[in-house]
Amino acid sequence: MANVPMSVEELKQMAATIRCDIIEMICTAEAGHPGGSLSATDIVTALYFRLMRIDPENPRWPERDRFILSKGHACPVWYAALAERGFFDKSHLGTLRRLGSILQGHPDMNKVPGIDMTAGSLGQGLSAGIGMALAGKLQKKDYHVWVVVGDGESQEGAIWEAAMSAAKWKLDNITAILDRNNLQNDWHVDELMPIEPVADKWRAFGWHVVEIDGHDMDAIVPALEEARERTGGPTLILARTVKGKGVSYMENVCEWHGKAPCQEEADQALDEIRRCSCEQ
Amino acid sequence: MSNNQSPYHYVRPEVLPLLTGGKLFSEGAKAPTRASFAQTVIELGATNPDIVVLDADVSKSIGTNQFGVKFPERHFNFGIAEQNMFAAAAGMATTGLVPFACTYAVFASLRALDMVRNSIHYPNLNVKIAASHSGITPGPDGVTHQGQEDMTIMRAIANSTVIAPADPDTTVLAVRAAAAYEGPVYLSFTRDPVPQVFGPDYPFEIGKAVTVRDGTDVTIIAMRDLTAHALVAAAHLAETGIEARVIDCPTLKPLDEEIVLRAARETGAIVTAENNVYFGGLGSAVAELLVENNPIPMQRIGVRDTFAESGPYLDLLDKYGLSYGHIEKAAQDVIARK
Repeated sequence: MANVPMSVEELKQMAATIRCDIIEMICTAEAGHPGGSLSATDIVTALYFRLMRIDPENPRWPERDRFILSKGHACPVWYAALAERGFFDKSHLGTLRRLGSILQGHPDMNKVPGIDMTAGSLGQGLSAGIGMALAGKLQKKDYHVWVVVGDGESQEGAIWEAAMSAAKWKLDNITAILDRNNLQNDWHVDELMPIEPVADKWRAFGWHVVEIDGHDMDAIVPALEEARERTGGPTLILARTVKGKGVSYMENVCEWHGKAPCQEEADQALDEIRRCSCEQ
Repeated sequence: MSNNQSPYHYVRPEVLPLLTGGKLFSEGAKAPTRASFAQTVIELGATNPDIVVLDADVSKSIGTNQFGVKFPERHFNFGIAEQNMFAAAAGMATTGLVPFACTYAVFASLRALDMVRNSIHYPNLNVKIAASHSGITPGPDGVTHQGQEDMTIMRAIANSTVIAPADPDTTVLAVRAAAAYEGPVYLSFTRDPVPQVFGPDYPFEIGKAVTVRDGTDVTIIAMRDLTAHALVAAAHLAETGIEARVIDCPTLKPLDEEIVLRAARETGAIVTAENNVYFGGLGSAVAELLVENNPIPMQRIGVRDTFAESGPYLDLLDKYGLSYGHIEKAAQDVIARK
């Protein structure tokens, strides 16, 4: 069981552990989405091991903070974080996408302890988070809702319906984190269907926007902490990230959106992640 | 049938003399079922603080703006953004709230279908989808607002429960039952006024159809606004010596298989009647059951493979083959095939 809340140094080590879990899971499954899992790893690690008020023994604790991975295909990072945090046994990680596994190709809230919302069809998680945030206000609970949104996913119109409504209801109990890795399934986001100026768009929709390096734990932690404390409206953390972060041959390479590494590639990836982690 | 024993069950006494000659539609008391829904959800909201109502800019049409007047902190108008509304309803349901998300059938079953499937039904969340303007009941509005496929679409989704009450008072019962049920429920209402047919003793239960007229020659299984037409058709058939059983089937899914198979056994011919496209809905559900168990002559009344158009509600039913006259003809045809 992890000792939480973790220091920044401990978070960096845990992020490396989770990156290794992601590589091993997807390699074993021979399918999955490594690129977007690795780009979101540092953010998800900071949330689960530092920020979020949760109880692995009581995954549906009504007072808990909620987390939604709206870009549900990156669920290996969610599964790894939940397993490392003690929501379920790590042995499940080897069953990703297998028949009968709790770990579906896209996350199922009724199969996995700790998954707060089913996701997979893009553009819905932020709305679900807004529903949770509205419920929190109505029921006078002080939990916080965290939603990771993809940058490719931001091409979905429903994201902007959701953005508009969070500002209307002044929801300061929800924070969206945009995983701005600039790659989607087919190509570069900025070329396929540009979303810039994305910070201005969110500001125009009434959100407080904070831009950070989404892999710099020294920046991630204070940004998340400030977002949690801020009152009066919703915050978007624009996290500039690298798709495939931590694995040299995956970084910024579109093909690793939804491709599994073979054993040899996985060995190299694990070696790089561990070496990098030791150097920190 | 003896003279002193009425073949009708749960039908209001004042309705019985109106069943012939179309008088039910011209002289009978009528109301749109959407209004009964709105009134009931307000009644439920008074006793259950977990009930919240979500709207998408048609609250004045459905009447749920009055829920907002009584319980402003529990009323959320999302504007013209049905996708956001339904996914947000899912999020609310995860916290124990009981959201009633309200819009028109076309938008609930089509515009926001991905959210309805993936965020509500897949996780089996306790969201009530309240859809007015189902079928071609919003007559004058025309095709873009006529939800003529919603029964078909919603029936295809796993974990779905699909309810289409026949008249204002059974709508009250259906909405209460849906609120008490744990899980997603699709409730379908009419925009146009429909006759008040049944009394307060109607035994509404999710998954149960109700025999509302006895008969042994043929069975007419009808839902939503066509149940009234089925009763009129049966009254006319009786004048020609044909005793038609009429079953009101307010729950399309799960289908009451027992009552359908019994009717097949006892009457040997079935007509289905729905204000919905005639594939994938009630007619299909009954046909699927019969073909695997007791393939007897059967005929479906429903919107054929076409869009309708603007026009007065009853005139549209006539033009698109859904009125009591069409049901009578179908009953005669199916009996001839026995």
